[in-house]
Amino acid sequence: MGSDKNSFVREVAEKKYEYGFTTNVETDIIEKGLSEDVVRLISSKKGEPDWLLQFRLDAYRYWLTLEQPTWGHLNMPPIDYLSISYFAAPASPKTSKDGEIDPELMKTFDKLGIPLEERMALAGTAVDAVMDSVSVKTTFREKLQEKGIIFCSISEAVREHPDLVREYLGSVVPYRDNFFAALNSAVFSDGSFVYIPKGVRCPMELSTYFRINARGTGQFERTLIVCDDDAYVSYLEGCTAPMRDENQLHAAIVEIVVKERAEVKYSTVQNWYPGDSEGKGGVLNLVTKRGHLRGAGSRLSWTQVETGSAITWKYPSCVLSGEGSQAEFYSVAVTNNYQQADTGTKMIHIGRNTKSTIISKGISAGKSQNAYRGLVKVASTAEGARNYSSCDSLLLGSQCGAHTFPYMDVHNDTAVVEHEATTSKISEDQLMYCNQRGISTEEAVSLIVNGYAKEVINKLPMEFAVEAQKLLGVSLEGSVG
Amino acid sequence: MSAGKQYIDFYQEVRDTIAARSSAEMNAQREPALETFSAKGFPSQKVERYRYVKVDADFSPNYGIALTPLAGPLPPYCFSIKDAAPHARVLYNKVADATDSIVALNTMLCVDTLVVHVPRGTRVEHPIQISNILKGDQDTMVCRRILIVMDELAEADIIITDRAASQNRFLTNQVIEVVMKDGSHLSLYDIEETHLLCTRYNSVFVQQGRNSSFRHTNLTLFNGHTRNRLDVLLQGEGSEVTANGCIIADKMQRVDNNTLIDHQAPACQSGELYKYVLDDSAVGAFAGKVLVREGAQKTKSQETNANLCATSSARMYSQPMLEIYADDVQCSHGSTVGQMDEAALFYMRQRGIDEQEARLLLKAAFITEVIETIPLESLRDRLHVLVDKRLRGELSKCEGCKLCK
Amino acid sequence: MLQINNLHASINGKEILKGINLTVNDGEVHAVMGLNGAGKSTLSNVIVGHPAYEVTEGSITFNGKDLLSLKPEERAHEGIFLSFQQPVEIPGVSMVNFMRAALNAKRKYQGLEPMPAGEFLKLMREKRSIVELDSKLASRSVNEGFSGGEKKRNEIFQMAMLEPTLTILDETDSGLDVDALRVVAEGFNKLRRPESSAIVITHYQRLLDYLKPDIVHVLIDGRIVKTGGPELATEIENKGFDWIKEEAGL
Repeated sequence: MGSDKNSFVREVAEKKYEYGFTTNVETDIIEKGLSEDVVRLISSKKGEPDWLLQFRLDAYRYWLTLEQPTWGHLNMPPIDYLSISYFAAPASPKTSKDGEIDPELMKTFDKLGIPLEERMALAGTAVDAVMDSVSVKTTFREKLQEKGIIFCSISEAVREHPDLVREYLGSVVPYRDNFFAALNSAVFSDGSFVYIPKGVRCPMELSTYFRINARGTGQFERTLIVCDDDAYVSYLEGCTAPMRDENQLHAAIVEIVVKERAEVKYSTVQNWYPGDSEGKGGVLNLVTKRGHLRGAGSRLSWTQVETGSAITWKYPSCVLSGEGSQAEFYSVAVTNNYQQADTGTKMIHIGRNTKSTIISKGISAGKSQNAYRGLVKVASTAEGARNYSSCDSLLLGSQCGAHTFPYMDVHNDTAVVEHEATTSKISEDQLMYCNQRGISTEEAVSLIVNGYAKEVINKLPMEFAVEAQKLLGVSLEGSVG
Repeated sequence: MSAGKQYIDFYQEVRDTIAARSSAEMNAQREPALETFSAKGFPSQKVERYRYVKVDADFSPNYGIALTPLAGPLPPYCFSIKDAAPHARVLYNKVADATDSIVALNTMLCVDTLVVHVPRGTRVEHPIQISNILKGDQDTMVCRRILIVMDELAEADIIITDRAASQNRFLTNQVIEVVMKDGSHLSLYDIEETHLLCTRYNSVFVQQGRNSSFRHTNLTLFNGHTRNRLDVLLQGEGSEVTANGCIIADKMQRVDNNTLIDHQAPACQSGELYKYVLDDSAVGAFAGKVLVREGAQKTKSQETNANLCATSSARMYSQPMLEIYADDVQCSHGSTVGQMDEAALFYMRQRGIDEQEARLLLKAAFITEVIETIPLESLRDRLHVLVDKRLRGELSKCEGCKLCK
Repeated sequence: MLQINNLHASINGKEILKGINLTVNDGEVHAVMGLNGAGKSTLSNVIVGHPAYEVTEGSITFNGKDLLSLKPEERAHEGIFLSFQQPVEIPGVSMVNFMRAALNAKRKYQGLEPMPAGEFLKLMREKRSIVELDSKLASRSVNEGFSGGEKKRNEIFQMAMLEPTLTILDETDSGLDVDALRVVAEGFNKLRRPESSAIVITHYQRLLDYLKPDIVHVLIDGRIVKTGGPELATEIENKGFDWIKEEAGL
């Protein structure tokens, strides 16, 4: 079987990242470098009000006092923050009133299979697409407006709904939160804004597709979702980037506010360019995502399938303040070749009878390192809090690493906190059994891995689940051994 | 570095006295230790392995420092380092983490080392008991050092007990090094039964050869502040380690257990079971890392930390960690923090057992799992009694003493 | 022995018992029958003082004492024993220690000295044989790893040890095969003293064939809607509960 494996590995190592093309659109890129002037320039290019400029400047000044964190189980290449361009946009997008967009751009998103055209209504998903730093098109606007739902780019929201943005921006992830949050708050360029009014159930999945295109740029998008009392929304996020042999920086923030009895589902399929099989290039994905369950009985679930990026540093978190609020975190993180992931969640229980569930599945192959890092904190006020965490790791290959670093801080005697973790590999017996039944080794691995990840994949909306399943197959091919 | 300075000054004052009373092996390590300690000072809570302890505060008070060599008749197989076999005493400070400040402080100030040396093929019939009794008429810091050398195929049980016979403040900095050669077996029991004014830093370093097996059982029955570190290096193929702990803490007690099981060789097994019962305002912490190095195939590891918090002011920090660089492994860990099973409590009350007694029985039952793993029957029975007395507040240390009221 | 008057009880704010009246005299066996959710288990839990249930109205007296003012353990000392529908597992607490704690607590309540260890173990052996409880089970933790039948046998064994004056069998027949049922029921009959009483809660006739109740009650929606002799149980076995509902105008 050994030689079989080798040829299989060779074959797949040569396989290309499918989304690695670039788009020939004219791009408006500002000079590389970061200074107060750059922050002011970004703000003025976007025609922002003073309060927002001030917010950016405060963040920038605070960022200057910080150092890049080193606690992750990651071997991070040094990032020269001065050699990155902090703003890149397809030149003059959205010029015409009816939202005609550059046909080249249209082609890009078509290649990615993203339904930008409303004739794709069958897909049943409203999409906001962010190319480099600027939101390109938001579909299904009118239909959503009928219900009072706001779904637009954050720049537009700043113009048209300034009070809402000002009230919530930075209220869940303050710029003082961490190094990358401060950086993002200073230079964020675009992203999506969602507001679901009281009692409204959003009739379709809302989706943002992020794409890094230009060379030498960083992407700093910012997403803000506010779900008012008794409202519901399911939000999807997808990411791709072209193949570049340099590292590209992606430092995003997602903030979610969930009010009384409201429910938000946030799903991510992250497939940024992971670098080549030698570990060259790839996106540095350094993201702060957090939801605040403010209202009693509110619910938030994060589902993520992480297959891309050279380095992933992200911990979608939940602050459970509302009495009886419930949070979930479902994650599949796959690393292959030289990819590194340090990902997990934080569940901060503050309110009474709050409940959280963490299901994490790590799959490591090649020479990759895959770490789960999670915090479950039960404050002394969180009477009757419950947490269940289960973190499993699957190792495919003898040169990769799988790590589990859970932290549990319990300050209340009525809390019940449980954590389980296992690490295992696909056994020879399992493979042999499949082989004997006529299933090839690679197919068997794919079957077993998909079975292993099923608990999480099942949490994704249908369209995403199919995509995620395909991705799992692609990112793992060549890892048997 | 604030609290550290007083120790450096003290050492510089008494270095000649210490050297004169000590052995060549120990003296040779003092200056490098001073360098390490001067450079690093006491670790802050930002240092991962010291996250849950306040070292600076623990070492700040002004203590008299005991500088007396071992005296009196020693148990069988036990020697002062000066009288130990050459091949045993050269192992001094070879296994301990010399880069660690707490170890360096011990290496700097410790006057004598108790060497327990079990020669090749020897099976020690009765457990070797080492009793440390803290006693004095002033607040005292004690630097204690133990080196255990298990030659090839040697077998022994060692019971170390820490007690305090006077009501002063005591600070113990104990370092235990264990070298287990191929095929040796050792069970080491560490029982702490001191009082609220006692602070203990205990660092245990173990190096295991092929097919050796080591069992460590840590019992904190009564204490003030305790920090136990256990580092086990599984260097020989087929070696095994079991590390268990049973912690009962109430009032303002703090107990921190920090373990590292380092699987360096293939086909080794490790198992950990730590259970805490916390009452009043006690604070417990458990951080256990299992590291499986590249090439350490066929590793089997299981780590469990279970905790019972009986009051809302008790706190528990639990952090089981797996760091794995080999694929043919079976590793798992589990951690729980919870409270008493209300259904069990009611069942017992329906049978006529009053609530307080039922709670006590359930706490004892929770801890029993750890004690039941002890192969020495007489010790097991004794511990059941001690645990029961401890939970009833009847441990001899506490009887009528002013401190615990 | 036991008088229940106009008993109302609720759990999590939901009223389950809506005015129960029931009198059990010395030496009587009462059966309480009814469908799932009628309140049968609530009734037994309220009698023994389960903290999850709140009594909102009514009274229970037991041999002249106000039962509702007593703690669960005091009710046990007074002679009330509940054979639980689902006996809980208590890992780490051995059966021997558990029974000794229970027995001696009762003796203390009665002003007696604790039973000497030798005598206690002898008593354990004696009583165990009555319900054919394996000696291995007695040396394990309370109910831990016991099969359904073994748990129920263990309940009857504990009853034998504690010699209650009022025993409540809550769905003791559920999950038992015919042989296990026979052993449990015969054990119960052997152990019963003429002056002691019992309340048997069940869905089915089959346990009543062995236990021979004097009086049968039908509990529907938190109230006793019909009371009769042993023949009522047979009638229910043949015709179900619907006719009683109709008769009661429900």
